[in-house]
Amino acid sequence: MTETTHATPGASDADAEATEGRVYNVAGGDWDDLVTNDDERGPNEQIVVNMGPQHPSTHGVLRLVLTLEGETVTDARASIGYLHTGIEKNMEYRTWTQGSTFITRADYLMPIFNETAYCMAVERLLEIEDKIPERAKLIRVLLLELNRIGSHLGGIGPFGLELGATTIFLQGVRMRENVLDLFELITGLRMNHAFVRPGGVAQDLPAGGIEAVRDFLRKAPAWTADLHKLIDANPVFKARTEGIAYLDLEGCMALSVTGPMLRATGLPWDLRKSQPYLDYETYDFEVPTTNTCDAYGRYLVRMNEIDQSLRIIEQVLDRLADRASVANDPWMIQDAKIGWPGRLSLGPDGMGPSPEHIAHIMGQSMEALIHHFKLVTEGFRVPAGQVYVPIESAKGELGCHVVSDGGTRPYRVHLRDPSFHHLQAVSVLCEGGNLADVIPAIASIDPVIGGVDR
Amino acid sequence: MTTPGGDEPGLPARQEPEQADAPVVRTGMFGVHGTQDTSGYGKLQVHLRPPLVSEPPYGGYFDALAEALGSGLQADGTSFGDAIERVVVFRGELTFHVRREHLLAVADKLLHDPALRFEIFTGVSGVHYPDETGRELRAVYHLLSITHNRRVRLEVAAPDADPHIPSVTPVYPAANWHERETWDFFGIVFDGHPALTRIEMPDDWLGHPQRKDYPLGGVPVEYRGAKVPPPDERRSYS
Repeated sequence: MTETTHATPGASDADAEATEGRVYNVAGGDWDDLVTNDDERGPNEQIVVNMGPQHPSTHGVLRLVLTLEGETVTDARASIGYLHTGIEKNMEYRTWTQGSTFITRADYLMPIFNETAYCMAVERLLEIEDKIPERAKLIRVLLLELNRIGSHLGGIGPFGLELGATTIFLQGVRMRENVLDLFELITGLRMNHAFVRPGGVAQDLPAGGIEAVRDFLRKAPAWTADLHKLIDANPVFKARTEGIAYLDLEGCMALSVTGPMLRATGLPWDLRKSQPYLDYETYDFEVPTTNTCDAYGRYLVRMNEIDQSLRIIEQVLDRLADRASVANDPWMIQDAKIGWPGRLSLGPDGMGPSPEHIAHIMGQSMEALIHHFKLVTEGFRVPAGQVYVPIESAKGELGCHVVSDGGTRPYRVHLRDPSFHHLQAVSVLCEGGNLADVIPAIASIDPVIGGVDR
Repeated sequence: MTTPGGDEPGLPARQEPEQADAPVVRTGMFGVHGTQDTSGYGKLQVHLRPPLVSEPPYGGYFDALAEALGSGLQADGTSFGDAIERVVVFRGELTFHVRREHLLAVADKLLHDPALRFEIFTGVSGVHYPDETGRELRAVYHLLSITHNRRVRLEVAAPDADPHIPSVTPVYPAANWHERETWDFFGIVFDGHPALTRIEMPDDWLGHPQRKDYPLGGVPVEYRGAKVPPPDERRSYS
């Protein structure tokens, strides 16, 4: 091994002087010209390649530092932190309800999971877990499973794009677009919903909401079938993913890997089955697994999970239809000390408190006004203590560790994000393989840097 | 505010023009100063609570778990009481408060003892309690056993003056990034960690942002040689 050489696209001369060894600046040039004209390079020289943080194939601002011997990756290190926004710190300065608005922005491809894990933790601290209305739980499960589909499609579609296949991307995004349309209809926003709140959800399903989801369910099987036909037996896709990024059960246990990566080793570990929450034990669904332990198996697990999520959504819709006759079915806890006062409605200038509620607090009841003011500005108090609530997110175990000191704001909130945890496996997945296989390896983890850096 | 037409009859006299160069008496509409209260009320009080302690029986699988851990430690010549300061059962969750010198032994037992088998390490979360003198910094570990379908939490305390806790990476390699994050945000030094460097903040960052004595905001941001002052120093909004 001779001197280390760095290839830093776009590096300035000043950077070159600061970097140890020889620096190749290949911005706008031809790599072949550079290499053939350089007689100082030995045949077995190692090259350190800096990939990212602005590389299109690294799922956002992930940076990889790769040491190469020819085409072989001998050392792969992931470097993160480029999207750290201090979500956890900010939450300590806002009320418990406002926390939902912050935490939804962590992993922006699965915002409902972030919100639900946080709200369930707050509810456990408040000891109101068994007082959450049935309708709120159904709406949560509906949104969670829609979000699981959206997150998986947001993983599979770009996976194809990263391998150079735009059709896979467009087909995946077409279906995901329909999921986002449903989110927009139900929560008002395509992402950053802040729809799940401590005590329930912000709103009931809108008029026509159930029909829109039913319409989606009618069309979805054709879309997933299209994806299956396009990808499953595609020789190029299989050549790029089969046997790539191998991580077997022992490896998953040693690195504490959960989610689709673990299920691709054949272990049907799913918190919805093993430690059920939100009445998941009452739904009829299966935990898909494969035993290939590779990137292809993880793709198959995700596709099959989409089918299972569609099954769960169907059951939720049936239960919601059964409850249609229940009068004044609440979606927020019936506890005036916790539940948000008044209902929201759509006005000419957007979503806001309903005119009836405004009329009540401004014109009829001074006490209601005081109550509204106190609850909205000061918030409610949560008993001191700490809890950890894990849920099975689209990417693995998503845990929320919440500490309260008895005040009106969280003392500490920590999100155990599966993407953060699983990026530790990058070196195990990539080392010894080809440089080109780094891309499917990262894509098979499906990391989202918003959740990694928080 | 100036009132128009103050000199005309029947209208109030013109007010003095506003003094643009008068001294500023109120700043800091951004950020929080002095109090943790952001409600605008400013008199919310939170009182320090005595630490929770649970006595056996703990209920559920917690007793079997504590017993297995105790006998495992006993085999190595450590008593349960030496290693575990106190046990807390709160909201159906079990917490062992572990003395830091025994953390590695406890983690080793929890992973390798067939009766315990906590294979999945689900992370370290730091907490800072500046008012609890001598045990200000906490590292909170969450463990999951797939074999027995159980969960347990370990909590380890360290004083601000000596922020050292042994690293559990020899037992759980997956603790690597979590401990780096806790070092980055809280300044807890995990002794024996293979490369304890910052992970979320830039390498040359000063301070540990999630500590309670670290303000929200108040830090200038430097980007490509230009410095942007923090929001509360840019201009006065009041």
